[in-house]
Amino acid sequence: MSQIHSPIADAWTPAQLQAVIDAHRLMPGAMLPTLHAIQDRFGYIPDAAVPMIAEALRHTRAEVHGIISFYHHFRTHPPGRNVIQICRAEACQSVGSRQLEAHARQRLGIDYHQTTPDHEYTLEPVYCLGNCACGPSVRVNDDVMGRMTPEQFDELTDELSATVVEVK
Amino acid sequence: MAITVYVPRDTTALALGADRVATRLERGARARNIDINIVRNGSRGLFYLEPLVEIETPEGRLAYGPVTPKDVDSLIEAGLLEARQDHPLALGLTEEIDYLKRQQRLTFSRIGITDPVSIEDYTTLRGFEGLKKTLALDSQAVVDEVKTSGLRGRGGAAFPTGIKWQTVHDQPPGQKYVVCNADEGDSGTFADRLVMECDPYLLIEGMTIAGLAVGAEQGYIYLRSEYPLAHAILDNAIERAVAAGYLGDNILGSDRAFHLEVRLGAGAYICGEETSLLESLEGKRGLVRAKPPLPAIEGLFGRPTVVNNVLSLAAIPFIMDQGGQTYADYGMGRSRGTLAIQLAGNVQRGGLVELAFGTSLRELMEGFGGGTHSGRPLKAVQVGGPLGAYLPESQWDNPVDYEGFAAFGGVVGHGGVVMFDDSIDMGDQARFAMEFCSVESCGKCTPCRIGAVRGVEVIDRIRAGDAAEKNLVLLTELCETMVDGSLCAMGGMAPFPVQSVLQHFPDDLTPRQAVMAGGTTC
Ligand SMILES: Cc1cc2nc3c(=O)[nH]c(=O)nc-3n(C[C@H](O)[C@H](O)[C@H](O)COP(=O)(O)O)c2cc1C
Ligand code: SF4
Ligand code: FES
Repeated sequence: MSQIHSPIADAWTPAQLQAVIDAHRLMPGAMLPTLHAIQDRFGYIPDAAVPMIAEALRHTRAEVHGIISFYHHFRTHPPGRNVIQICRAEACQSVGSRQLEAHARQRLGIDYHQTTPDHEYTLEPVYCLGNCACGPSVRVNDDVMGRMTPEQFDELTDELSATVVEVK
Repeated sequence: MAITVYVPRDTTALALGADRVATRLERGARARNIDINIVRNGSRGLFYLEPLVEIETPEGRLAYGPVTPKDVDSLIEAGLLEARQDHPLALGLTEEIDYLKRQQRLTFSRIGITDPVSIEDYTTLRGFEGLKKTLALDSQAVVDEVKTSGLRGRGGAAFPTGIKWQTVHDQPPGQKYVVCNADEGDSGTFADRLVMECDPYLLIEGMTIAGLAVGAEQGYIYLRSEYPLAHAILDNAIERAVAAGYLGDNILGSDRAFHLEVRLGAGAYICGEETSLLESLEGKRGLVRAKPPLPAIEGLFGRPTVVNNVLSLAAIPFIMDQGGQTYADYGMGRSRGTLAIQLAGNVQRGGLVELAFGTSLRELMEGFGGGTHSGRPLKAVQVGGPLGAYLPESQWDNPVDYEGFAAFGGVVGHGGVVMFDDSIDMGDQARFAMEFCSVESCGKCTPCRIGAVRGVEVIDRIRAGDAAEKNLVLLTELCETMVDGSLCAMGGMAPFPVQSVLQHFPDDLTPRQAVMAGGTTC
């Protein structure tokens, strides 16, 4: 089985944030690459990054906030150890994704955009993963899985819960 | 000599366990002291057979599928590695599989055959021939060849590609850009992904040709963040192409330059709209720009820019290699060449079907698709993504072409065909169309931003039996306001699925179906 990379990463320090920002500031259209790099590294975009990005890329803080909130991908809170995305789009609906969504919410005890109290799981909606001939589709961190039934979802979460956190 | 075994590595094959299949094959062969060489090829796009394992033989490749990890041992026992064909999963020669054999693969001629990142595999199958011919021509001749092909944009709007290129070509020299729209947001579509994951040099070659034709030295691929595997494969392929001299400052010793970079989107459907995409590439919120100016004149960073879909650009190498007329010889009416149809949703045999324009939907859904996956009767099909109408059976005999579809209010769009069986409640689908628009609207204009939210509320009231008659009238008017008053096709077309439900499946949108839709918070 392919390795599951957990998106949760190190806690950040201002110096680390600044280093990531500096590494991208000279790119044309640096904003999205910068935000991606921060989220990839730290799992989310900490509030403290906003004034630093604003300063580096000559924007107002309000503009940076506006950009972060425009894009569904960017998070401003630390996610759980596993981010589970369930495809809500039409092709998956046609093969039962609505039931899968309901099952996942109930099983994890959280709604979309929430994280379980033990920080194991964050649940997010997604609109198509490009696996539309073999849905319902689910993405766990960077792995896409197809033909997901509620039973398989339970097996998956059992397996994930049993995985020991990898120390980097 | 080692036996060559192919195990695909595209997202769908992996989603169905291809990595575990490969591991078990390796283990099984080792246990029997058989020397095998596993190649991780792309997918042929026959998703109903994935993971599709192939064995190289002197007669050609023999296929087995769909192979789950737990089938591997029994397959090896039944002589998989000796290419025996006794196992129930044996499919014979891959090239002879009916679903594949009946296709006309011009753009997708290589997918699933090659190792996606091997330049050698690519060039063995005519890769970079189109680029070489381009380098020998002047830029106007290249634009003319694309015009001759009759190619129209595959991203949705079907605008003639050659004319777009001409506009950018004719702008005064200076900084120009080629931007590939790889946002592929439509549900039911995966053809862009297949190009990027299974034949990435095809896109690189197509973009380089575009750059040479219009005088642009910088290209960006705007890729949706939902495609991490395509991202990794593209980055790898670009790096190798630079190293091999197909990209960079001196393409194949011609002294001409083209540079290419992948930029990630961030989960916003509207960023597939070309002006929103450009805003996003510039680092802003993806607010749609009013046109004019056209991106071809004032595009990225205010400079002339070609924005083309992955499939439009991926059609170019064939056109330059085989000639625009050869491409134009396929198709019907003003829809020339081939269309990548993507059979998705509740379908028995889902996958990619590349055919000349003109095949009927019924032939696609039944002849290729084999009907529904559930085995229940087909009820509706949504063609052209979330902004496309739901088509009832009376419209399934229409041939797929741009003008023909437009005539009855259909949308070919990016070629996604999403099938639904009779268990679907079309009221749910109408509600979702409005909900999706409310989640994904860029917010710039009122009919779309507010209209979509109202649309969900009104549909909920109708279904709850709350002044249903009055609210049905309101819904009809709301749809018209959105269609007429929205700045872009997001708000302008989001009502299409709703209107099609009102027209063709009215029983599903009445108080008799008085179940609350059970919406979700987004
Ligand atoms: C809401 C909306 C979403 C769109 N999404 C995409 C997309 O994901 N991919 C794409 O290529 N075109 C998309 N388009 C069409 C683009 O605006 C544009 O027409 C296309 O990129 C031009 O390339 P082409 O001429 O090669 O098709 C979308 C349009 C709208 C209105
Ligand atoms: S129609 Fe919707 S998505 Fe398009 S510009 Fe208006 S608000 Fe934005
Ligand atoms: S609609 Fe779910 S993967 Fe495309």
